[in-house]
Amino acid sequence: MTHELHDITLVVNGRSHPIRVEARRTLADAIREECGLTGTHLGCEHGVCGACTVLLDDQPVRACLMFAVQADGRAIRTVEGLAHGDTLSPLQKAFIEQHALQCGYCTPGFLMLGTAILEQNPDIGDEELIEILSSNLCRCTGYANILRAVRAAAAAMREEGVA
Amino acid sequence: MDGTTHGPDDARMAAGPGEAVGRAVTRLEDPPLVRGRGLFAADVNFPRQIHMRVVRAELAHGLLRSVDATAARALPGVVAVWTSADVAEIPSIPFRATKVQGLEPYCQPVLARDRVRYVGEPIAAVFAEDAYLAEDAADLVAVDIEPLPAVLDAAAPPAEFAPGLHTEPTIVRKGFGDVDAAFAMAHAVIELDLSVGRHSGVPLETRGAIARYDAARDLLELHGAAKKQHWNRDEIARLLGRPPSSVHLFEGHVGGGFGVRGELYPEDLLACAAALRLDRPVKWIEDRRENFLATNHSRQQRHRIRAAVDAEGRLLAIDDVFFHDQGAYVRTHGARVVDLAAGMLPGPYRLPAYRVAGHFRLTNKTPAATYRAPGRYETTFVRERLMDAIATRLAIDPIELRRRNLVATAEMPYPRPLDVLGSDVVLDSGDYAKLLDQALDRFGWKALRESIAARRASGECVGAGLAFFVEKSGLGPSDGVRITVDHTGTVELVSGAASVGQGVDTVLAQICAEALGVGYSGIRVVRGRTDRIEFGNGAHASRVTVMSGSATWQAAQAVRAMALETAAPLLQLSPEVLTIRDGIVQRKDGATEPSMTLAEIARQMGPNSPAMRGRTPGLTAEKWFWSDHMTYPYGVHCALVCIDRGTGAVKVERYLVANDIGRAINPMLVEGQIAGGFAQGLGGALYEEFRYDETGQPLSTTFADYLIPTATEMPALDVLIAEDAPSPLNPLGIKGAGEGGTNAVGAAIAAAVDDALGQPGAVTTLPILPGTVMRLLDRAAP
Repeated sequence: MTHELHDITLVVNGRSHPIRVEARRTLADAIREECGLTGTHLGCEHGVCGACTVLLDDQPVRACLMFAVQADGRAIRTVEGLAHGDTLSPLQKAFIEQHALQCGYCTPGFLMLGTAILEQNPDIGDEELIEILSSNLCRCTGYANILRAVRAAAAAMREEGVA
Repeated sequence: MDGTTHGPDDARMAAGPGEAVGRAVTRLEDPPLVRGRGLFAADVNFPRQIHMRVVRAELAHGLLRSVDATAARALPGVVAVWTSADVAEIPSIPFRATKVQGLEPYCQPVLARDRVRYVGEPIAAVFAEDAYLAEDAADLVAVDIEPLPAVLDAAAPPAEFAPGLHTEPTIVRKGFGDVDAAFAMAHAVIELDLSVGRHSGVPLETRGAIARYDAARDLLELHGAAKKQHWNRDEIARLLGRPPSSVHLFEGHVGGGFGVRGELYPEDLLACAAALRLDRPVKWIEDRRENFLATNHSRQQRHRIRAAVDAEGRLLAIDDVFFHDQGAYVRTHGARVVDLAAGMLPGPYRLPAYRVAGHFRLTNKTPAATYRAPGRYETTFVRERLMDAIATRLAIDPIELRRRNLVATAEMPYPRPLDVLGSDVVLDSGDYAKLLDQALDRFGWKALRESIAARRASGECVGAGLAFFVEKSGLGPSDGVRITVDHTGTVELVSGAASVGQGVDTVLAQICAEALGVGYSGIRVVRGRTDRIEFGNGAHASRVTVMSGSATWQAAQAVRAMALETAAPLLQLSPEVLTIRDGIVQRKDGATEPSMTLAEIARQMGPNSPAMRGRTPGLTAEKWFWSDHMTYPYGVHCALVCIDRGTGAVKVERYLVANDIGRAINPMLVEGQIAGGFAQGLGGALYEEFRYDETGQPLSTTFADYLIPTATEMPALDVLIAEDAPSPLNPLGIKGAGEGGTNAVGAAIAAAVDDALGQPGAVTTLPILPGTVMRLLDRAAP
């Protein structure tokens, strides 16, 4: 059972990672193992829980359902790219202030999903927000504080004129 | 270690918030977690590591005829394949809790020997250079099983487990009073047959075990540990024939525990044994399907319960026979869930006579153990269904019926002639009736009844229900904390506790800050490591804040007393006029001079300080908090539901959890515990269930089949934290807050669904699935 290796480049948070992987290697495993960015977590490996959510060309995707070779050369963003140096993003800050995480395992996925929401639709209504956030699973918080955090970050971004 | 005996162990904190305790401060844990810099099990890697993959049974019950690993071993990159013969010298996984004689033969071997007893049981272990390759090789292991009939109903007569052993290892019996006499004189007897489905904690992070052997120091390390490091360390050492001091466990971040994570499982021992034998670090990360099949299940019970009551609805006796579906083996909890169910069933009510028989039965399903509010989620459902049924039978308002039976404040502490987890049940404090009033008021019960009537008149199927519960927390006997101030003034707190993600570091730091007089945010909390503290009882049973929190309080008091004692002569003042604020010893009266920092005091107490000659150096103290009795938090859940007549779907519109926990160290974290606990209770009430086909094949093996609640399913949740009944059993008056959010959800939603349907007693089974609701709706249709 031999598997051909492919030379690809994953561009994660603006940095290029030339890597050599089997075609079957998932994007999530390549980000974690080949690129060493373990902030992207695997919760189910079947595309339901969303813990592995990353942004691919600014769109949230399940990194467990993509192969690394499919992401060759495309712009990938992960949780490690959200803060600027020591400055957390408004959503990261809001997650801390609103107690939107407990164990923290689903948090990177929610942060990436929430980041996409705030970038694409900062004035999103409650109903749509709940519907989109329902694409990821959290087992600790009961979700209400995650919703609050996204709203608080949207408000903070409006105030700062970021949005 | 103890430089002074000055610290008054029994100094209680005054009611109300302090400088750090009682404040909703942000968590110490969060900064690395929001940056993707956590260290979960899968994030642990060592040079030269190999990967383990477990080959699992695909039949529920059968004789294991052969395991052929020839093809797997021949695959390039495969280091080894083990079957039961390779681990024959490793004993079965023992149990630590609720030890009942006769359970030993039912414990699980590390790899199946001559029989398999559930789908998912480990049969072989493959070790390979790469995780993908290990899976390839596992597929090549040929397993021959001769099928046997599967036992799937714990309430059916016991069958054969093995020659000479049947599937009922024990019956847990408890009781008091003259039950038969009570039934003979009863005004009415109410009988119910109630079932709770098979659920589990299902943390978002699956289990993981990364073992390595450091030959230079002759140390075996296990990373990815959680919950019970010290007990697991001792047992791993014993089972592998090593002294405990040569084995260390390390807890990093843990992606949720909920009872199931951090128990000692076969995979932990396989990884450790392989690291020793193969001389390579071994990494095992469970996948989600394995998590559904191999990690502990919980909950599933069927109760046949009877109550004897007088004409006013007062309980005279309860007689309960229940069947606990333990699954295929006895695991580390022994008969704990049965013991908890039997001991906690009476809840908040005065009960003159009680008899319970808990049949601990094995079936061909994934083995079971504890899951958040174990034995209480089940028995609160049963008991509160019973109270509603009594109310219906006697035509008494269900709230009034409960009031008549609640233990009164004047009766506290209220001893029940019962034991649970080996300790006598003494309800330590409480004002049950007051909290019931507060909850009804907060939920707007009266106005709600009116609005329900109006909505029904316009055709809606809506209803409200409530349930009362008593939790238990603070399981002893002991836990220790060592607090040290170093020569820079940095405070380190080393605890025998663990954290499964609930915020232990923050809570212990807040307590330490309050007692010592420092800021909480700079305190370094160490937990979950066997190499930093000799003993520890870990994180379970809502015990950490009570036990380790109390030890923290005492250790910090002791350090404070040492600091004042050392500073006083140097400042030429008496210790009594001194206090510590922001890490500076200063006068209580607010004068800023003279003063001395904790850093300066720590330097004065260093090992090279002449003043310390003949004494143990260091500004440090270790204290152990001991407790003979648990503390009993309590609360009320209220639910408003609306049923879709077209689909049978139950929507929870509003929900209240009122919970008295004595003192909230961090109200924000307590609310978080309650909200998250509620979500899990909601899952068990309406969505989650491990289902099996008639041959014992599991049908719930993905997140598309085992439905945990999403943001869409969450109602508007209100949380009322009460502090009216501080526990007299510890210096902060704390009761645990981890399980009250879960405890009564099934019970309250069942009552609300009954009310919406207008069919008292209609709900007899959890989860309440749409198909059942449709049948009940059809039954009611004219």
